[in-house]
Parts: sequence; C-alpha cells; structure tokens
Amino acid sequence: MLKRVHFPASYLPYLLVAPQVIITVIFFIWPASQAVYQSFLIEDAFGLSTEFVWFENFEYLWGDSHYRSAFGRTLFFSAAVAFLSMSFALILAGFADRIVRGATAYRTLLIWPYAVAPVLAGALFLFMFNPTIGIFPYVLDMIGYDWNHYLNGSQAMFLVILAAAWKQVAYNFLFYLAAMQSIPKSITEAAAIDGAGPIRRFATIIFPLISPTTFFLLVINATYAFFETFGIIHAVTQGGPANSTTTLVYKVFNDGFVGLDLGGSAAQSVILMILVIGMTVIQFRFIEKRVQY
Amino acid sequence: MAGIKLDTLTKSYGDTEVLHHIDAAINDGEFVVIVGPSGCGKSTLLRMVAGLESVTSGDVYIGDKRVNDLEPADRDIAMVFQNYALYPHMSVRQNMAYGLKIRKLPKDEIDRRVREAADILEIGQYLDRKPRQLSGGQRQRVAMGRAIVRDPQVFLFDEPLSNLDAKLRVQMRLEIRKLQKRLGVTSIFVTHDQVEAMTLGDRLMVLNAGYVEQFGTPIELYERPASVFVAGFIGSPAMNFIPCNASGTSLTMPNGIGLDTRQTATGKVLLGVRPEHLTPDATGHFKMTIEMLEHLGGVTLLHGILDGTDIQIVASLEGITQHQIGEVLTLSAPTEKLHLFDEATEKRIGD
Ligand SMILES: Nc1ncnc2c1ncn2[C@@H]1O[C@H](COP(=O)(O)OP(=O)(O)OP(=O)(O)O)[C@@H](O)[C@H]1O
Ligand SMILES: [Mg+2]
Repeated sequence: MLKRVHFPASYLPYLLVAPQVIITVIFFIWPASQAVYQSFLIEDAFGLSTEFVWFENFEYLWGDSHYRSAFGRTLFFSAAVAFLSMSFALILAGFADRIVRGATAYRTLLIWPYAVAPVLAGALFLFMFNPTIGIFPYVLDMIGYDWNHYLNGSQAMFLVILAAAWKQVAYNFLFYLAAMQSIPKSITEAAAIDGAGPIRRFATIIFPLISPTTFFLLVINATYAFFETFGIIHAVTQGGPANSTTTLVYKVFNDGFVGLDLGGSAAQSVILMILVIGMTVIQFRFIEKRVQY
Repeated sequence: MAGIKLDTLTKSYGDTEVLHHIDAAINDGEFVVIVGPSGCGKSTLLRMVAGLESVTSGDVYIGDKRVNDLEPADRDIAMVFQNYALYPHMSVRQNMAYGLKIRKLPKDEIDRRVREAADILEIGQYLDRKPRQLSGGQRQRVAMGRAIVRDPQVFLFDEPLSNLDAKLRVQMRLEIRKLQKRLGVTSIFVTHDQVEAMTLGDRLMVLNAGYVEQFGTPIELYERPASVFVAGFIGSPAMNFIPCNASGTSLTMPNGIGLDTRQTATGKVLLGVRPEHLTPDATGHFKMTIEMLEHLGGVTLLHGILDGTDIQIVASLEGITQHQIGEVLTLSAPTEKLHLFDEATEKRIGD
C-alpha cells in the first residue's frame, strides 16, 4: 500500500501563492476586465459622456476597411518575421552544430541580440537606415537605390520586419541548436556513410528531425510578431508612413491614445486578447503532444 | 571485393595517443573481430577505417586504394552502429533505400535490392513501419539490411549486438556469420565479448590500451596466447596464473613444489594453466583446497586455493562431480598445455 502524506490544513500555501495571485489580478485580470468593459462603451472625444453600446464597437471594426487591412498587414508582417528570423537562425545553428572549437564563445555572442530591448533594437536599425546619416542608405545610394522609409511604405515595412526578425534570431538559434544537438551523432554519421553530403544530410535528416522545434518556434514567433513588436514599430516608423506599418497592436495604441477612440481601441485589444489566448492554447496543445515523425 | 591494410596507424586526441602503430592486413572476404576491454580503442580504430575519425599518422588502404583522405561516402563501406542509427522519421523501406537513392540507382533496381535484403533478413512484413514500431532485434536487422543493400566492399560493425538480450544475441551472431559467409564481404566486427569474438571471427585482433596484443585465428589465440593479457582474455573461465621461478626446464612454484616444462626459461615467470586442462590426478603437482563449487551441468567449476599459497585456482571438470567444499584435491595438467610468460614483459616464452 502506498501511504499518502497528509499535511494539516494551513494558510501557508495560500500565503505563498498570494504574491503571484495579487500580481496577476492587478496587472492582468483587472486591466483585461477593464478592457472588456471599455469595449462596450462609446465615449465622446472630450471624455464628458459615455454610453453603453454592447457590441457596436465590434460591429464597427468588422465593417472598417482600415482595420481589415491592418489585419492583413499584421499577418504578412508576422509571417515575414517568423520566416526570416527562423530561416536565418536555422542556417546559423546548422553551422554552429558543426564547429567544435570556440563553440561556447560563438553561442554566447549569438544570444546577445535577444537581450537588447525592443526599443533599442528599433533605434539601432533607425540609425543604420536613416536616409540622411545611415550607413545602409549610403551604400544603397552608391548602387543607385533610393532609400527613404519615411516616404516609402514598402521600405518602412521591410525595415520593421528586419528589426523584429533580427531580435528574434538569437532565441530561435538557441532552440534550433539544442534540437540539432539532441540528434544522435551516429544518425548523421550513418547518412554520411550512405553517401549524403552536408547539405543533403541537413535537408533529409536534420531538418525533418527538428520539425517539432520548427513548429514550436513558428507559434512562438508568430505570437512575438503579433504582440511584442510594438516597441520596435514605435521606435522605427510610428506605424507610418500612411499606416503602412500599422499592425494590430500598434493600431490599438494609435486609435486609443492618439485618436482617443477608447471604446474602439478597447474592442481591438479584446480581439487581440482572444487571438493570444487561441495561440497559447495551440502552443500548449502541440508542445505537450509534440509532432510525430 | 577488397582487403584492408592498416599501416602504422596512429590516433591521438590532443596529446594523448589512444592507438599506437597498428599494423594489420585483412584479406578479401575475411571476417575480422576486434576485441578488447572497454576504452582500448576498438571503436576509434573502426571509425578510422570508416572515415568518421581522422587519421593522425599512418595509412588505411581499402583494396589498393589509400583512403586516408576520402570521405566515408567514397570508401564504399557500410557500417552497423551499436544503437543502429536508423533514420527515425523514415520507414524501414526508406531507411534501406536512402543510400541507393543518393547513388541514383533506378527505382526498380532499388526496389529489387530492398526486397532481396528484406527476404534474407526476414523483415519483409515490416517494410512500411517506422523504426520506433520495431523491437530491438528487428531494428538490428533493419540496420543490417541498410548495410547489405548497398553491396559495399567492406562491412563495419561496432558492437551491433550489445543492446540485445542474451538469447537473441546468440541467434543474431549466427545469422551475421552466415550472412557474411554467403555475401563474402570483408568485415570488421568490434566487440568486447570474447565469446562473440571467438565464434564470429576468422581472425581476432586483441587490442589492449591501444596496442595490438595479438592478431590470429581463435584457435591460435587459445592455444598459443602471445601475452598474459590475451591468455587471460580469451577462454572462459579465465586461465590460472601461478608465479614461479624458472631455471632451464624446471619450475618452482611458490609452495616449493617443482615441475618440468617444455619451455626453457630463467628467473621469474608466470605459469599459465587453463581450468579445463586440469584433471584430478593423485600424482599431480597442483594441490588445491576447494572453496566453492559451481555445477553448470556439463561441467563443474572448482574454485580453490593452491596449497601453501594464497593463489586462486579454478579447475573445470567434466560432468557433475562429487567433490566437497574443504576437500583437498590434487590435479595435473599435460606438459604441452602449460603456458609460460615472462613476468616482467608479460610476453609468451617458447612456442
Ligand atoms: N573525442 C575524443 N576525445 C578524447 N579522447 C577520446 C575521444 N574519443 C575517444 N577517446 C578516448 O579514446 C580511447 C578509445 O576510445 P574508444 O571509443 O575507441 O574505446 P572502445 O574500445 O570502443 O570502448 P567501448 O568498448 O567502451 O566502446 C578511450 O580511452 C577514450 O577515452
Ligand atoms: Mg566502442
């Protein structure tokens, strides 16, 4: 018989989890519920009167072409960031997996970008791509390409994608490297004896075997690009020019704090909240189960 | 088909030399077993032949070709790993076909070869399964299958049986042996199990701490071990060693009893007698007090102490014997079965 250990009922466990619960309530549950409440209100521009309107804010968003194009833009932005940062990280990890000497130094250096705050990362790219003093526009100018992301929407988009992807490479790199190093050495050796060169080994053995990691990172990166890139966009383009880099998160801020449409902005953030909950569910589901070969 | 030649092959990791000047010639179609205790460098040697480990100095030849600088893929070898190293995301069929696809064989040729190998190894019904859906023994067969479909010049095995249970091990051992004879492919097989080595190999290379102690047929190794290490390693239970003083052809054991040998020696020597060569004989020279009995059915092992010394002696007698613990037994061994080794160099004395 297994004996269970019984502890007398005590306040101690509640006391110990209390700080976490309090923080969660104050910083997450309370604002979230406020946002949900707000999203049912319409407030006039001067904040003098509010009216409870149920789902009118949501209905408005549904019909708003700006909102829908922001949605599409965000999807594109997320896909591009995820693809760029993951493929670059994959290549780096592929090389790092092969080196033996100085591997630790190499890895440490590669993880640095992850420690850079989003706004600083944005600022970095802002300087590098500044049309008048930046180094890249200078180089591009020499080959006859005119860079000005203050005027050119596609260039602005490219720039925020680059900055957001750059910051995420380190994180992806670590996961990819760990995944590659967990593949038994003898499997790649067997492939080498079977006649597969490094590239083919990567494509037919290593890449399929790390597919669970790829999937995991896909969800993580999409979530990141959706929700955590506000700082970068704010620093680099402020959503401009002409809303060409206004993603959903940025639009929440812009409509609420600049446009002072608090109800509409709250409705948008509720939609984002639902999205983030959905993505988290997917993430947990699949991380638990893993992708089967 | 091709033989293999190792020419003063040396391997160092940094400053530590783990293999020292290995010379060996393996004939075409021969099955050579590399055997030795853990860490003696067996895998390293095999991996150097495979091209998975760089050569520090010396040369490896496969056929007439020096392969030191060739990639594993270009050496025309196949290897079976201890953990099988099957590609986990591919079916058995894909696992076996992988190397052939890379070599761009026509599809029907690939199918034919996979089919044929699967028939030989009796894994035909598992072709569409993934490795994780197979038992250890079946995976082992798939790993073999992956090697034989390639039709290589050389098979390399790195302890392929050590993950199997005892019974399956014996069975697979026989199958590997039969398969190798049937295909006639030059093979090197690494193991630390001396029984496996004795039953599989045409010739055995006994490796100890990076040195080749002896390279010869199982019978040679058993009958004429070149060193104390080989003598103790080959044969089970292990050979008895009694330190003696030699002068000419007569020996004196530590308990003062003398006996004559064929070999001539002087000074400190080790006398080696295999347990199975000891028989009860009232006129014998080896008097032992029995401390323990092991009845194995076919044979009985008597463990005891050589009278007047603290030297452990094991005797293996045929059948089930009626001896008792505490009994004093006198044993003898035929002169031609006595081995003599120099105590300092541990090398064999005489022929
Ligand atoms: N990468 C390495 N760096 C340094 N030393 C190594 C390396 N690989 C192996 N060695 C050393 O080389 C020696 C031989 O190793 P090897 O793997 O060939 O032994 P083995 O005979 O196959 O042993 P086992 O029966 O345990 O598999 C060991 O002493 C080991 O510590
Ligand atoms: Mg080994």
